[in-house]
Amino acid sequence: MAEFDQLKEQAAQVRRDIVRLVYNCQSGHPGGSLGCVEYFVALYGKIMKHKAKPFKMDGKGQDLFFLSNGHISPVWYSVLARNGYFDVQELNTFRKLNSRLQGHPATHEGLPGIRIASGSLGQGMSAAIGAALGKRLDGDKRRVFCLCGDGELQEGQCWEAMMFAAHHKVDNLIVTVDWNGQQIDGSNDDVISLGNLPAKWKAFGWDVLVLEQGNNLEAVAAMLQRARRRTGKGKPVVILMKTEMGHGVDFMAGTHKWHGKAPNQEQYESAMNQLPVTSLGDF
Amino acid sequence: MNINDITSSGSRATREGFGQGLLEAGGQNPKVVGLTADLLESLQMQHFKKEFPERFFQVGIAEANMIGIAAGLATAGKIPFTGTFANFSTGRVYDQIRQSVAYSHKNVKICASHAGLTLGEDGATHQILEDIGMMRMLPGMVVINPCDYNQTKAATLAIAEYYGPVYLRFGRPAWPIFTPENQKFKIGKALQLSTGKDVTIFATGHLVWTSVEAAKQLATQGVSCEVINIHTIKPLDNEAILDSVSKTRAVVVAEEHQRNGGLGESIANLLAHKLPVPVEFVAVNDSFGESGKPLELLEKYGLSSNDVANAARRVLERKKV
Ligand SMILES: Cc1ncc(C[n+]2csc(CCOP(=O)(O)OP(=O)(O)O)c2C)c(N)n1
Ligand SMILES: [Mg+2]
Repeated sequence: MAEFDQLKEQAAQVRRDIVRLVYNCQSGHPGGSLGCVEYFVALYGKIMKHKAKPFKMDGKGQDLFFLSNGHISPVWYSVLARNGYFDVQELNTFRKLNSRLQGHPATHEGLPGIRIASGSLGQGMSAAIGAALGKRLDGDKRRVFCLCGDGELQEGQCWEAMMFAAHHKVDNLIVTVDWNGQQIDGSNDDVISLGNLPAKWKAFGWDVLVLEQGNNLEAVAAMLQRARRRTGKGKPVVILMKTEMGHGVDFMAGTHKWHGKAPNQEQYESAMNQLPVTSLGDF
Repeated sequence: MNINDITSSGSRATREGFGQGLLEAGGQNPKVVGLTADLLESLQMQHFKKEFPERFFQVGIAEANMIGIAAGLATAGKIPFTGTFANFSTGRVYDQIRQSVAYSHKNVKICASHAGLTLGEDGATHQILEDIGMMRMLPGMVVINPCDYNQTKAATLAIAEYYGPVYLRFGRPAWPIFTPENQKFKIGKALQLSTGKDVTIFATGHLVWTSVEAAKQLATQGVSCEVINIHTIKPLDNEAILDSVSKTRAVVVAEEHQRNGGLGESIANLLAHKLPVPVEFVAVNDSFGESGKPLELLEKYGLSSNDVANAARRVLERKKV
């Protein structure tokens, strides 16, 4: 459990990082980022076998991660930095001119940890499938992880990817859906209902796991381990992970309103007062 | 028409002009319908939705589907206005536009916000600089990039009255307003902002204001510029362009777009055939953008008023030889 204590401390720090990241540049996406903290911290801290330095694009012999909903770059950048991919101080450059930390993740400036650009939605699962096929061709037994948004699933390309992965038995792939029920213009149900999501994934030929507690670190880690055990059995695996958008900051929690908005000074101070200081320290 | 008579009165985003224009177009014509792909307020379509809820369709994050549905609505005699970011309005759905809208000549208005570098912090994934090129290549597509709030509003009203596919491009940031309120917008008619004899500056979109600033700077150094607002990139106002250039015989083209495929290429094409003169291009030179503040980005990528003025100086040197 000592390990979880450390990861929990990291999760607390990542929440502070997210709020500071978007506050500093007065733009960016805190809501989805805060909701996915436990996923990222568990994935990089406990689940994936990965190497920060030197960062290798082909990731041979390592587990790989692809972020399809690229707008939640704040949580990814914070977790990459806290896992040694680059200096934590570099978080100060987020969304500013001449930075490697672009608004949406990019390879163009050479930021370690990123293997493909994302931001235009609906494309990441396809890329993850391609990387998984590459591992299969190379006899590499490591796994490929991918995170998508739930609103993002409204893009047709996601369903093309789902059909392909089932048809080609891409069973070294674990996709997770950030099932926060929200997107820009409101709840998924207000915008375009996703209907019975587990049934849809099942009908598309996936092994479907539902996680109710996407903001509980132990639960997320246990579910990711369970998902890993279900790989290699002829089906791609998906975790439909229920999270709370904006989790950890009361006025951001549970609403689409903080999808892509930066707090003003007063809101920033209120948020920082709610988020405990950690021994890791702010960037 | 003296360049120094052009002054701005406040600033507002061009996308707000679109939102107001769409609201008014909806009031004028019950055939006008609106669609968005989960970007209602970014496109400022909330006013139209509130007033005409039964004529508004939320498509979700599914731009290809939105273009197809709009084309279908057009077959039923409706006048659909689709709204999303410029990248997702063009590159994302190019073949849907090509087959269902352009080739089928459907009366769809593809309305695109957050075009170009001035989108700012979201960075290169969202900063499309190729959209004018893609859209102007499509046979029969009208391509419009108005310069300020008032003109975007007027253009929105005008395209509702025009039958045929239109690409209307506008932007995210607040930008100086310097064209008249309640102007009548004529598709395909270039607007001369100043008379001059040394060089013609053709500009479109946000860079029209930038060019006005450049021309003012040049005027203090005795260089007289004819600034012409090419709000309609296609069809191009060949006559107005040739009229001005036959007088100045030196050209600068300024746009918030790639040099490849943009307005500059269109004008250079015309001049190569009819009136070869030196041309300088103020545009992004074959690179992607990045995150940053709008004005910082225009500066870094060579699209500031100083860059327009320097281009004018260069072209004047070339004119001498
Ligand atoms: C192709 C495309 N269309 C539209 C957008 C604009 N956009 C960015 S995030 C977003 C909503 C995404 O919803 P979801 O995947 O549920 O993410 P969440 O809001 O929960 O973080 C939209 C519409 C985009 N980035 N890409
Ligand atoms: Mg969501």
